Amino acid sequence: MKLLIAGGRIIDPGQGIDKVADLLIQDGRVSAIGSGLSTSDAEIFEARGLIISPGFIDLHVHLREPGEEYKETIRSGAAAAVAGGFTSICAMPNTDPVNDNASVTRFIVDKAREAALARVYPIGAITRGSAGVELAEMAEMKEAGAVAVSDDGRPVMNSQVMRHAMEYARDHGLVVVDHCQDLDLAAGGAMHEGRYSTLLGLKGMNGAAEETQVARDIMLAGVTGARVHIAHISTAGSVELVRRAKQEGMSVTCEVTPHHLALTDAAVEGFDTNTKMSPPLRSEEDRAALIEGVRDGTIDAIATDHAPHHMDEKMLEYDHAPFGVVGLETALGVVLTTLYHSGLVELSRIVEMLTARPARAFSLPGGNLSVGSDADVTIFDPSLEWTVDPRQFKSKSRNTPFAGWPLRGAVVATFVAGRAVLRQ
Amino acid sequence: MKVAFNRKDLLSIRELAAEEILTILDTVESFKQISTRDIKKVPTLRGKTVINLFFEASTRTRTSFEIAAKRMSADSINISASNSSVSKGETLIDTARNLEAMAPDAIVIRHPSAGVPQQLSGMVGASIINAGDGAHEHPTQALLDAYTIRERKGSLDGLQVAIIGDISHSRVARSNTHLLTKLGCHVRIAGPRTLIPPDYEKLAGDSEGSLTVCDHIDDAISGSDVVMMLRIQRERMNEAFFPSIKEYSIQYGLTLKRLALAAPDCIVLHPGPVNRGVEISSEVVDSSRSLILDQVANGVAVRMAILFLLVERNVA
Repeated sequence: MKLLIAGGRIIDPGQGIDKVADLLIQDGRVSAIGSGLSTSDAEIFEARGLIISPGFIDLHVHLREPGEEYKETIRSGAAAAVAGGFTSICAMPNTDPVNDNASVTRFIVDKAREAALARVYPIGAITRGSAGVELAEMAEMKEAGAVAVSDDGRPVMNSQVMRHAMEYARDHGLVVVDHCQDLDLAAGGAMHEGRYSTLLGLKGMNGAAEETQVARDIMLAGVTGARVHIAHISTAGSVELVRRAKQEGMSVTCEVTPHHLALTDAAVEGFDTNTKMSPPLRSEEDRAALIEGVRDGTIDAIATDHAPHHMDEKMLEYDHAPFGVVGLETALGVVLTTLYHSGLVELSRIVEMLTARPARAFSLPGGNLSVGSDADVTIFDPSLEWTVDPRQFKSKSRNTPFAGWPLRGAVVATFVAGRAVLRQ
Repeated sequence: MKVAFNRKDLLSIRELAAEEILTILDTVESFKQISTRDIKKVPTLRGKTVINLFFEASTRTRTSFEIAAKRMSADSINISASNSSVSKGETLIDTARNLEAMAPDAIVIRHPSAGVPQQLSGMVGASIINAGDGAHEHPTQALLDAYTIRERKGSLDGLQVAIIGDISHSRVARSNTHLLTKLGCHVRIAGPRTLIPPDYEKLAGDSEGSLTVCDHIDDAISGSDVVMMLRIQRERMNEAFFPSIKEYSIQYGLTLKRLALAAPDCIVLHPGPVNRGVEISSEVVDSSRSLILDQVANGVAVRMAILFLLVERNVA
């Protein structure tokens, strides 16, 4: 079986490729990149004017299964992923039960295989029940398919436990992912602490609540030699801490979400609970620093922190509504509109942050179109205009801050191992 | 003549223009004398229904709204819910739909969560009046304070006003800061730094007046024409905001001695209920400087004016 994706602009930053060419896929693998490739027995996908990218990789999603299937399932989450051009997604462990042992990990892997849409890589818990006390069975989870460990959402506050987690994870080749938040400093907060929290009378979370933990993790990475990944970095101070750590050659990586790149705490005016997430939308100065971190390469990956919640749960008082927004199906449009069409960031940099660099951060397969590799491919139109209509989402949930936004840039087709899992 | 006031809701002072605030204050004038009559009732809102929906304990404000509605001949119903909708498992949209089904003309709402009046306003056709939402706003309190000041001072323009105490948790402070700076007052804030929220001085925006956060209470009070004291909640002590009630009252309490720093004709306001001997001494409360009871009396007239302007907006 042959498929020729013809005449598109292939952007594959992992291999340093950015040129108009054909991509030949054979038996699910990348067979060749070049011009005028033989087409006699191949199905043709006409891609003139489109971007051909390695399949996008999202290091940070919440699939809610097992336990909260009314919000999302592994299948619906994977469908949302491929609709957004993501061929690989990493699922956070804060399900019910928590993914803190190999049987839950295997369940996720099996469900994802049945869905046969995006590849789903489980992230195991750092501590049992994500309670922050005893280490979870990391090695067994790794054997079952876990690629990293995290207590995302319930960050490990005890620094000694975190140090042991890093040492142990290092032994087993697992990346430690931290949602950096000092739970005491941020206690009760519903939004970023600043001018707007003062104006709206909502309890704020100071940027220092994130930065103190980023600093701690960097120091512990130095002590332990572990690979540390800072989840959804959101403040200027955090960007600067990671920048300096990288300059010192430490193995620290980080990600940023599309919503932190596109929105600020000003969006909370109006009390729409779809602007409530953790970390919160920050100040304009923080947003500018995040964009600078994208431009200079300090930030490795764009990750959605896709966090589905049912409408009934979000339609509450602002301070009682749960944190989190969905993001898989708007990520590309939001990032291209905010960073690329505004002239702030090159297209190849954005593709790199969706492909090669997240792959490298977690040592995942894919992220490039090297000959012989599985043909995970995302084809998108960088200029296609569309309006976000949450009713059209493949995700079970609708909690997006971008409803009604006009965006430029949309996914046209998604291939996993050469198989079309989405074709618009 | 008066500037038109044509709003469905009163959600915040921040959203009002200075002219709209002055229109409200001018309207209060005509309602105030109703309360001095032998028969304290006018038929203005006969056949209208006002629901007082209080999710938080309140005696003064709820009673004030209730009396205001009754003196306007509206039918008023009090609904008290000690807990927020969340603990009853009811979403805001259900709360809104249930209220709408009773066909009220106005809903007066107090809620411990900031933003609830605004969230409900988009879901119901009735006029929403914010009677205090979390630490966000308490617009009718600011209006009655402004009316009380204007009654004594003639005008607000150029007055020096000190607001002292727990600013962080105070919707009264926020609404007053917006209103007073919009009308040209120079507002000075003081209190323990633990209870002053970040960037507070930016609240005034590009208004007529000015807004300063002072390091010491005496700096705020010196030369003031008005001193507004805020209630301090004893529970704040347990959250490490200040060490003790004793230390608070010494450092931040208003005494006659401290009041001597203010202008000779300075007046003292307090939104109540007063903690005598804590944020304000009994001598000050009971002095001729204190207009605390005038505030309560004016509160009824202010709420009558608000009900009139919102409910009768298409008739007026």
